[in-house]
Amino acid sequence: MSSAATVGFENVTKAFGAVVAVRDVSFEVAPGHLVTLLGPSGCGKTTTLRMIAGLELPTAGRIRIGERDVTNLPATDRDVAMVFQSYALFPHMTVLENVGYGLSVSGRPKAEVKERAETTLELVGLEGFGARLPSELSGGQQQRVAVARAVVLEPEVLLFDEPLSNLDAKLRRRVREEIRELQQRLGLTAVYVTHDQEEALAISDRIIVMNNAVIAQEGVPRDLYEAPADRFVADFIGDANVLAVTIGAIDGEHAEVRIGEARRRLLHRGLAPGPAHLAIRPEGIVLTADPEASIMAGRVRRASYLGSHVEYDIETALGELFVTDSDVDRIHPVGSEVGLGFGTHGVTLVRD
Amino acid sequence: MSQQRSPLGYWLAIGWAGFLLLPWYVQSGGFFDFAWLLAWADADAAPALAQAVLHGRWWLLPLALPLALPILLLGRRQDTPAAARLLILAGGIGLAWLALQGFAVIHSGWGFDILARTFGPLELSQSGMGAGAALTALALLMFTGLGIAARGAVGGDRFVVGAITLIVALVAVFIFFPVLRILAGALQDSDGSFAPGLFAARFIDPRIWGLGCVLEGSRCGVAWNTLALALFTGLTTTLLGLAFALVATRTAFPAKRALRALTILPIITPPFVISLAIILLFGRSGTVTQFVADLFGVSGGRWIYGFWGVWLAQILSFTPIAFLVLIGVVEGISPSLEEAAQTLRASRWQTFTTVSLPLMRPGLANAFLLGFIESMADFGNPLVLGGNFQVLSTEIFFAIVGAQFDPGRAAMLAMVLLSFTLLAFWAQQRWLGRKLYTTVGGKGDSGLAASLPTGLKWLVLGVTVPWAIFTAIMYAMILFGGFVELWGRNHSFTLRHYEATFGITQGQFGLVWSGTAWNSFWTTLQIAVIAAIPTALIGLITAWLLSRQTFRGKGAFEFGTMLSFAIPGTVIGVAYIMAFNVPPIELTGTGMILIIAFVFRNMPVGVRAGVATLAQLDKSLDEASLTHRASTLQTVRRILLPLMKPALLAALVYSFVSAMTAISAVVFLVSARYELATTYILNRVENGDYGIAIAYSSVLIVVMLIVIGLFQLAIGERRLGRRSAAPAGFTGGVR
Ligand SMILES: Nc1ncnc2c1ncn2[C@@H]1O[C@H](COP(=O)(O)OP(=O)(O)OP(=O)(O)O)[C@@H](O)[C@H]1O
Ligand SMILES: [Mg+2]
Repeated sequence: MSSAATVGFENVTKAFGAVVAVRDVSFEVAPGHLVTLLGPSGCGKTTTLRMIAGLELPTAGRIRIGERDVTNLPATDRDVAMVFQSYALFPHMTVLENVGYGLSVSGRPKAEVKERAETTLELVGLEGFGARLPSELSGGQQQRVAVARAVVLEPEVLLFDEPLSNLDAKLRRRVREEIRELQQRLGLTAVYVTHDQEEALAISDRIIVMNNAVIAQEGVPRDLYEAPADRFVADFIGDANVLAVTIGAIDGEHAEVRIGEARRRLLHRGLAPGPAHLAIRPEGIVLTADPEASIMAGRVRRASYLGSHVEYDIETALGELFVTDSDVDRIHPVGSEVGLGFGTHGVTLVRD
Repeated sequence: MSQQRSPLGYWLAIGWAGFLLLPWYVQSGGFFDFAWLLAWADADAAPALAQAVLHGRWWLLPLALPLALPILLLGRRQDTPAAARLLILAGGIGLAWLALQGFAVIHSGWGFDILARTFGPLELSQSGMGAGAALTALALLMFTGLGIAARGAVGGDRFVVGAITLIVALVAVFIFFPVLRILAGALQDSDGSFAPGLFAARFIDPRIWGLGCVLEGSRCGVAWNTLALALFTGLTTTLLGLAFALVATRTAFPAKRALRALTILPIITPPFVISLAIILLFGRSGTVTQFVADLFGVSGGRWIYGFWGVWLAQILSFTPIAFLVLIGVVEGISPSLEEAAQTLRASRWQTFTTVSLPLMRPGLANAFLLGFIESMADFGNPLVLGGNFQVLSTEIFFAIVGAQFDPGRAAMLAMVLLSFTLLAFWAQQRWLGRKLYTTVGGKGDSGLAASLPTGLKWLVLGVTVPWAIFTAIMYAMILFGGFVELWGRNHSFTLRHYEATFGITQGQFGLVWSGTAWNSFWTTLQIAVIAAIPTALIGLITAWLLSRQTFRGKGAFEFGTMLSFAIPGTVIGVAYIMAFNVPPIELTGTGMILIIAFVFRNMPVGVRAGVATLAQLDKSLDEASLTHRASTLQTVRRILLPLMKPALLAALVYSFVSAMTAISAVVFLVSARYELATTYILNRVENGDYGIAIAYSSVLIVVMLIVIGLFQLAIGERRLGRRSAAPAGFTGGVR
């Protein structure tokens, strides 16, 4: 039944008076993919999503859904469906009427509306809830009704605006898996807004990180984590220690990088010689008891045992670093001198 | 709370002062001329004890016992069960005896036939209760309250229990007692004796229930007239109000602020003004009528006098109220619901009919019922424009004031009217009580409200813009009409009407207030100001009790205090003259009865203002104060009152303004000495003196605009705006 379509943004800008909410954004969502829009509050995620839905029209640029240019098409005439943050369930209609709403306003026969609505309710695990009012459901159940109401239309694109933010942490993890599973099973193209990076990493085919109305980086979850384009992305996705470094001589893919007193060969990723930044994941640092045999020396300021790993704050000549160590058998006591080395992953040069 | 100093001593002092020092009966010169100080031992001015000892009014003596009993408790614990019993017993017996003797002995001796038959005629008599009796009653009431608190009600909080007791007593005496008195009135013949047979005859009166207009082309009964008019008015004002609300919230209409200004019009418009403007436009010598006559050669009929004229006037008067209710409702619809509908492929028209409109349903019902109640209670418009079309409120008036003088019939009509409005009020409360549809779910998205379907947009604009212009013309007409010689005949400019009403001339001994309206104008201002203070205080205390305290019977308490909203003014007026014309409470002809009528009619306004403000004040504020060892009374005075200043001021202004424009109740209660602006205008209108009536009304409008303007300056516009945008269930009172 897959009617999944591509979504294309070409140099789209949206301004509200003097405020530019989205500036010159281009991207492409492949059919059947789930793409996440991730970014801090106010960066323009919701605005982007609402432009796909047709609830806002762009100030400049073009939007395509499938082969069709929908730039100036209102929401009613687009083949998209949206799950709202507040769910926006119609309080005066039963669950079944809510789910069947889109079909019935499209003029489908009553019997078909009822049958398809019931099938979809079953799909989200709510069979038998059809006669209730939304106010008689729990938060998680309301959320699933909202999803059912959107997918029953088999839309070309399914949109989610922070669909889990009204749920508690445990439920959030379960429901996000359900949503992902449903999207893959139905083969729908989906655009998903969140500001929770873990959620984004968990369910996305691709992630678009936005910052200040523009795209900061786009890619598959692994790329974003392991090869962040700039400081912002490195810091926003996962934790990162960012150190000021100097790039020296370049040699093919690699460059010699000066980190304080030490030197290391790293991928230069197209950066030119001169001052640069190094992003180091907390798990990218290896601690040894011998300060001499490592890149830098440091002193343990704080050590917290968290079961699966130990967290350290370590004072070094380049500033305080946040380090996690999965070796819980040998905990470096507070005040002890340690040596810091780099592991194989999680150390990348980034743009400013 | 039991550590608080007990106020029992104060109440004892007050009670005994009432019993021993102050004149027991009402003073013909008024309490404040203090003539009673010199006539201390006279049969009219003596206090209760002296009355009993010197003037043979022995039935006052037993009151000393309940006043004396609580003395036993002075200096002892008062929160024991025994003390509670004693206090309740003393208060209860005292109040019961006070009421009993009040009804039993009146001007003409015994008040009940059965007493006269058993004991023979009584030589002595007594007039209405005065200051002494009032203080004694207050003390007895507070004994009861202290007793109830001592039994542990409301956590033993004396202040709260006292406040509840006092308000219940006031509502009972000044709302329930008069209303019940009407019921009794309908059961009495012209001599005042009990005649249940008459009740049925009065009730099955074809003048009330006749169906002539349907069955044989004659006239229908007033009840049907009133109902039909109210249904029509309710329906039209709701639709128009909705159209205005949609324009104000869902279109890019530029003059939205001007639309909002519409909402204060009904508050500042004196009665008759709209009707007069309609006469000036559509009456036989009205502008429009003459214009049409010149144009087509048809002479205008008298169509304006009757159902359609009254209907038109009522729509003009009450649409702003529907607008006020509906704008809150329309704004309350979460935009994301409409957006959701759109993403689900609903067209704008489908979105409107399947989502927006159903969500407005409770608000629409509410607006309809308000319009229905307002129309039923309306007195001024049908009086001026009704012609042969009679409605209950005017029939009541003519049954009392007219040649037919038939209080029994008036009482019956009042009961019919009251049952209609109470039913509507009850239905409205049911609607409001059912939860309004609110968005389900926690954190909301902030979307854009859907714009209207194009056809609908042009429809609402096409209706509202001409209507708004029409309304504006009406008001311009009024201002203009006060400056012409004779409307429709002679349009030359004159200040004659203003000179006649508000002239000031240079007399032999300085300035002379020679205008004929000055007297009623000053009286109105004075009474409106005096009445505003207790209205606001009682209203706010009630609001505080309702929103901050929990106690048994709170629902009934709320219903009782809001009830006067549903009682049409004419009914209150008739009820007051029936109830307060004879002892024990004798108030007719005084300024006091006007003040009391205003206080209890406008109380719901104060309550609403208070509840709205308190809802915005966090409860933890009071709790913080209470946990810092402040008593409840101190908390109210030191924390809540200062924070509630805006509500207090709002209640003051609204009750002042509604008192200035009230007519239906006071038309029965005014006297030669206390004439009010509105009744003065009524007399002018009845004499066809439209110029003077209009000039006077214009002055009132300007005065009220100034008052409201000053008020807005004092409070800041935002607050007023926010409150008026709230989906108010009660806006103003019923005239
Ligand atoms: N209707 C509007 N009028 C004016 N400014 C707007 C409007 N809608 C959004 N903005 C502005 O555009 C910017 C982007 O808003 P948007 O809602 O897209 O942020 P977001 O990324 O969804 O943030 P959040 O995570 O907090 O939901 C913000 O600065 C916001 O203030
Ligand atoms: Mg958002």
